[in-house]
Parts: sequence; C-alpha cells; structure tokens
Amino acid sequence: MLLSIEMNTKPALSAKTIEFREVSFHINDILKRLIVSGVSLEIPEGETLVLLGRSGSGKTTLLKLINGMLLPTEGEVLVQGSSTRDWDLTRLRRGIGYVIQDAGLFPHFTVAENVALVPVLERWESARTAARVQEMLHLVGLDHREFAYRRPRELSGGQRQRVGVARALAADPPILLMDEPFGALDPVTRSELQREFSALARRLGKTIVFVTHDLHEALLLASRIVLLQAGRIVASAPPQEFLRLDHPEVRAFTASLAAAPGASA
Amino acid sequence: MTTWSFFADHRAEILGATLDHLMLVIIAMMIAIIIGVPLGMLIVQRPTLRTIALGIASIFQTIPSLALFGFLIPIPFIGGIGKRTAIVALVLYALLPILRNTYVGLTGIDPAVLEAAEAMGMTRAQILFRVRFPLALAVILAGIRTATIITIGVATIAAAIGAGGLGTFIFRGVALVSDALILAGAIPAALLALLADFLLGLLERRLKVS
Repeated sequence: MLLSIEMNTKPALSAKTIEFREVSFHINDILKRLIVSGVSLEIPEGETLVLLGRSGSGKTTLLKLINGMLLPTEGEVLVQGSSTRDWDLTRLRRGIGYVIQDAGLFPHFTVAENVALVPVLERWESARTAARVQEMLHLVGLDHREFAYRRPRELSGGQRQRVGVARALAADPPILLMDEPFGALDPVTRSELQREFSALARRLGKTIVFVTHDLHEALLLASRIVLLQAGRIVASAPPQEFLRLDHPEVRAFTASLAAAPGASA
Repeated sequence: MTTWSFFADHRAEILGATLDHLMLVIIAMMIAIIIGVPLGMLIVQRPTLRTIALGIASIFQTIPSLALFGFLIPIPFIGGIGKRTAIVALVLYALLPILRNTYVGLTGIDPAVLEAAEAMGMTRAQILFRVRFPLALAVILAGIRTATIITIGVATIAAAIGAGGLGTFIFRGVALVSDALILAGAIPAALLALLADFLLGLLERRLKVS
C-alpha cells in the first residue's frame, strides 16, 4: 500500500509523521556489530528533532533508516503510517529532503540543474520547475542571476550547502533529513547558516530530523533533543529541559558547551 | 636518398595501406567499445562477473600478439586467414583498457554524490546514466585512447596472417632487408598513433569535470 505524500494533504496519521518501533540495526558481517538497538521514537508533524551524540553513536544510521537507505534488522520504521519495508523506496525518498555534510552536489550539473533534480525526476513542466528553482535560490539567499548557471566547483562551502538545502526543499517534501549539514563550514559561515536555517525551519513548518554532535547547534535549532549513546536513546527533552537532565552523557555534553569559548547556552 | 625516392614512387600504395590499417583499427575499436563499455557498466554491481571478465581480458593482454594471431587461425568461424581473424584479435587486445577504465571511472565517483543521488529518489538506472556515466566519461575515454594506440601498433602484426595494412611493408622489409620498406610501414603507423593520441586527448580534456 502506498500513501500519497503530497504537502497539502494531511493524512489521519500525521500526528506521528515518523515512528521507530523497537528498531535495531546491525551491520550484516560476521561480527554482527550492533549500531542501533531497541530504539522507539515518535516524531510528530512539524517537529524539529535533533539527534545528538558522539561519533559512532548511531545517529546517522537512524537518519538513514527513515528514508530507507537502510532497513531495520529488527523492528519497524513507519513513515506516514507505512513501514519503510512496504514503501516504494523511490516514492518515499522523493518525498523526503536530504542534506549531507559534503552537500553531494552533482559536479556536472549547474546550480539550477542541481536544485531542479527532484522536480525533473517527477516530470514537472519546465516552466514550473524554472519558477521553483528561482524561488528556492531566493529562499536560501542566493541571487538567481549570479548563481543559477555556476557549477558547484565555483561555489564556496557555505554557498554549496545553501544549494544543498534548496535542492532538498525543491519538490516541497513534508520531511527534511539533515546529516551535520553545517559541520564542514568555517565557524563564521556556520553560525550564519545556523541562524538563517533556524528562521527558515520555523517558517516552513516541515518535519525535520537533524543530526549533529554540537550541543550549541542542537539548542539553537531543536524543538526536541534526543541524545544517543552507543546506539540507544539515553535522553529526550525540549532544549531548556535538556540542560537540566541528570544523566552522565548529558553532563558530558553540557560540559563541552561550557568549555567552548564564546558559546552561550 | 633511396628511402625518400621509394616513398615518392610508392605513395599511392602507402596511402592505400594506411587507409586499410585505419579501417582495421576503427572496426576493431568500434566492436571493442560496443562490448567493453556495457560490460564495464555491468560488472560494477556484480563482483563475480567482474573477477572473471577482468581476468579473461588480462590474460588476452599477456599473450604475445603474433602468438594470438596464430592461435586464432585454426578456430572455426572467427579464425582463418585474413581481416576477420585480425579484427577478433585486435578486439581482444583493446578490451582490457576499455573494460578496466569503464569500471574504474564508474566506481571512482565521490561517495557523497552517489549518496545524495540515492537519497533524492533516483532509481539505479537513473544514477547510472545521469550521474555515474557522465562523471566517468573522461576516464572511459582515457581507456579508449590507450586501447586505440595499442591497436594501431598491434595491427601492424596482423599483416602476418594476411590482413593487410601497414604491417605488409614492415614484414616485406624485414624479409628483403630493406630499410626503406620497413620505414614505409613504420612511419605512417607511428604518425597514426600520435594523431589518435592527440585527438582523443583533446576530447578527453574537454569532457573532464573537476
């Protein structure tokens, strides 16, 4: 069964856009290393959920379980009410925006062609696609005339990430997945993009799952922070309450925040 | 200047042999590309087939060319004396560089680009034809360039099994101990190789995406 993933239709199950039910995932090799174990999590529509954790805590794996890049070894991941095992993965992914650290822009495409990717795959009329590209570039603060016909190699790291966000939003997906999108940028550009994206996210009202190891970033963007440690959820709270939680891993993260020069909580 | 006067007296024959040679190379290269590029695309997803295909192609590459021409003569349908046998042998030689470069080009793409392509909902075929193939094109062309130069050289030996071409002069020259005859075959063959290298190199640089 396939559910339509149109932006304006609000299915009855929209209260839980994404749901993890007792999900475990292990790498299918002789060691059977467990990456994620026994994760249950509900992500309601419109939430900006930040998955926080150290490297190797399983946060990227959780993200890839949502768009079916990985399928759970045990348990189920439901997106708009259907298990990722039952979804047509192509359809599922075209309704989910995806932004990664290196942007992953196609080097042989212009900026405009990169942004138009999903609309073109979805066979939109070319006039509608062109208008949408213009709108998206404007949304991420890039001048259409200046940037549309450049190649990714002619952009700075920050500009590339802006194009990455525009590409992810082009087909107006209800869900946006972001894997440390600002992680490789210089500190000034990073905080610039974080602030802009924070405002953008509030305006768009999409369901966003954002992966980071930076508590400062998590506090800025999240409506809820989920802390992962060794493949398990150890804490889950809105930003203000999160700082007050009494868990050793939470304290480890708040200590890192206090140690960062110029960081304010 | 016996060599130059020989060239001048036989320029029609030399030109004819050069064109024969070129046809041999073009036909062999076209067949090798038609087999090698799709096969290279196929083995990206199939490790067992990859080992077998690259293994077999490597073996043909190690057989001395004169021996390979000899081996093919007794084989029915593809063997015998003449152009057809020569083309089969040339294809077998050209296959490895094309196959290997197609495979290397298709697999040597930035993983972030492929991850994004998959996550944006491109099908496997769309990723192959719209992302992997255009990005691999310069590397594939480098393989075709190497194969072409090898084929131009090896095709001179095809004269030994009666395929014609510039090798005819060289073999005759060796038999008659005539430098002029040997050079009448060797110089045009070398010029062909240089020209092919230059032109394909030009195309390759044009297709490169950094």
